Amino acid sequence: MMSGTDLPPSARTSMTQANSPDRTPTDWTSPVMRKRIARRYAQERRFRLMGLGAVALSAGFLLFLLVSMVSGGLSGFIRTEIKLPIDFPHSPLLIDPAILKSANAERALANANLPAVTSAAAKAAFGAQGGDAILSDSAWVAVKDALIEDPGLLQRQAVIAVPAASDIDLAAKREGSAAAEQIVAQLKGKRALATRLNFGFLTASDGTDPTQVGIWGALKGSLLTMAVTLLLSFPVGVLSAIYLEEYAPRNRWTDLIEVSINNLAAVPSIIFGLLGLAVFLNMWDLPRSAALVGGLTLALMTMPVIVIAGRNAVKAVPPSIRDAALGVGASPVQVVFHHVLPLAMPGILTGTIIGMARALGETAPLLMIGMRAFISAAPSGFTAPATVLPVQVFLWSDEVSKGFVEKTSAAIIVLLVFLLAMNGLAIYLRNKFEIRW
Amino acid sequence: MSTETLEHVAAEQKAASQGTLKMSARDINVFYGQKQAINKVSIDVTQENVTAFIGPSGCGKSTFLRTLNRMNDTVAGARVEGSITLDGEDIYASSMDVVQLRARVGMVFQKPNPFPKSIYENVAYGPRIHGLASSRVEMDQIVEKSLKRAGLWDEVKDRLSDSGTALSGGQQQRLCIARAIAVDPEVILMDEPCSALDPIATAKIEELIHELRGRFAIVIVTHNMQQAARVSQRTAFFHLGNLVEYGDTSEIFTNPREVRTKDYITGRYG
Repeated sequence: MMSGTDLPPSARTSMTQANSPDRTPTDWTSPVMRKRIARRYAQERRFRLMGLGAVALSAGFLLFLLVSMVSGGLSGFIRTEIKLPIDFPHSPLLIDPAILKSANAERALANANLPAVTSAAAKAAFGAQGGDAILSDSAWVAVKDALIEDPGLLQRQAVIAVPAASDIDLAAKREGSAAAEQIVAQLKGKRALATRLNFGFLTASDGTDPTQVGIWGALKGSLLTMAVTLLLSFPVGVLSAIYLEEYAPRNRWTDLIEVSINNLAAVPSIIFGLLGLAVFLNMWDLPRSAALVGGLTLALMTMPVIVIAGRNAVKAVPPSIRDAALGVGASPVQVVFHHVLPLAMPGILTGTIIGMARALGETAPLLMIGMRAFISAAPSGFTAPATVLPVQVFLWSDEVSKGFVEKTSAAIIVLLVFLLAMNGLAIYLRNKFEIRW
Repeated sequence: MSTETLEHVAAEQKAASQGTLKMSARDINVFYGQKQAINKVSIDVTQENVTAFIGPSGCGKSTFLRTLNRMNDTVAGARVEGSITLDGEDIYASSMDVVQLRARVGMVFQKPNPFPKSIYENVAYGPRIHGLASSRVEMDQIVEKSLKRAGLWDEVKDRLSDSGTALSGGQQQRLCIARAIAVDPEVILMDEPCSALDPIATAKIEELIHELRGRFAIVIVTHNMQQAARVSQRTAFFHLGNLVEYGDTSEIFTNPREVRTKDYITGRYG
């Protein structure tokens, strides 16, 4: 079309008037139009179906994961026990009944040859050939606890429930070898089997006997590590986000810092592990495999995530709120802490959840700083040797003994519950801070 | 309006325009980076009068308004030249505390922007950060007085703990005015305070401006020429960053000296 600017206004108007009758009126009911509309609806339906399919697929995967974990892991929380009859008056127990009532009972029993007594009782009850092999190595501990509970047992014959050996335990759960299954069948005939909740799994730490191991050590290690990570990465991350967004001048340096932080968030976690090894262990001489070092390393990894989420949250606070606060004479710091930060908090917390959840599930960098050691006691503090849940899962999944399979699944369940609890707390906090407009 | 009344009003406004000088701007240039937004503007603001800034969009009237309490400081790349005094004190001097200046020269914005907090907290925020109330009772009094002055008290007195954002647009704007006057400023700057409001809410704000006049020096930016004629005694017409004409409102609207002013107020452009 001709450019209308050169023409006098009157000529332009007459041209538009001349043009309008040339256009045929649109037929909104023509077959072409109908087809177009049908196509549009089909497109809409197709898109909705694809979306639904994607959601169903991911829900299916999640369900599969949960079902396989729970079905494989729940048995880890249950243990098989054997009812062991012990005739205390006729056993070679080297103990004075009077001492059992004193405060020294625990130590006296530990030196009283209880393992031999237990083993002898098992042989008497279940056969001289391997009768004691069906008991867990630490069965005598159950006998000791029973005696402390009721010293009167020493005067008579008693039946004490003691943990079964790992292969018997598995066989009782229908996962053991044929030979063990046979023994289980015999024991069932004698009504000598019992099952009960394995509270020990939540209170004990790593060990060599799968019936005796527990998750508490790793759980406590994870708690300590996460505490260090949160205490370090949250304040530093939030303050950097606020500084970069509210105070820093816009120039090449801040651009460079922004790019660096974005790249840092994408660095593979094993690199952070190497950094932790080089800096925290070699340069600073911090203790190896401690929760402190693990937390420091994971904090390095989590910080960029919090900075990025924090910057976006701060950026999303409407400028009119800043104007309003400045307008009544608030200083820049007051604007940030009275108005911007509270409004940005939900977004910052969302970023923190994501960062912390990633840190909680992280294994590789912790292996680099020595947190894969076998540690049979719960860590006593931030500098004590510790392990964390995902590393414990990794270690147990590597064990030869078949009893560790269900323990691995059980540990994963604990890890997931920990994760859900953490996210639940964060979502609660987020909703609490969320301000409805 | 008969000629007689018009002359009467003109005489009254002339008398009023001889008010005490509150703020004085001399040869103000404002730059955004390389671009000059305001060119050599000089204006006096008096204590007793409402001063209106009118002009087409992008003429720099809001930019100039924001130099009066240094809100342009927060804009990256903005630069102000010239001198502005408040009671004879240079507000761009290094000895001037910008936070205190903004308490003395309050501001109401184009879009109502209450804090997402309770009505009470909205009004109490300014007095609190400046330490104007020594007790809870005193703060209650300040809040009540400010809301009464803003003509909002009767509407909100039973729900002071409700969120300020739950009010209607006009009420929100009056809440913002209450928030501004709670710190007892000397000057109130209003940046198109009615542009987001319906006619009834606008009428209420205009009424409020009438009532506040005299207690505070008021400067109002407006798109609406009728509004400028209704609420102000002095009017400045801005065009393309220049101050075209500044004088008594009655003069500007009845007998403008400049052709550009006349064209604008008669609706030739804008």
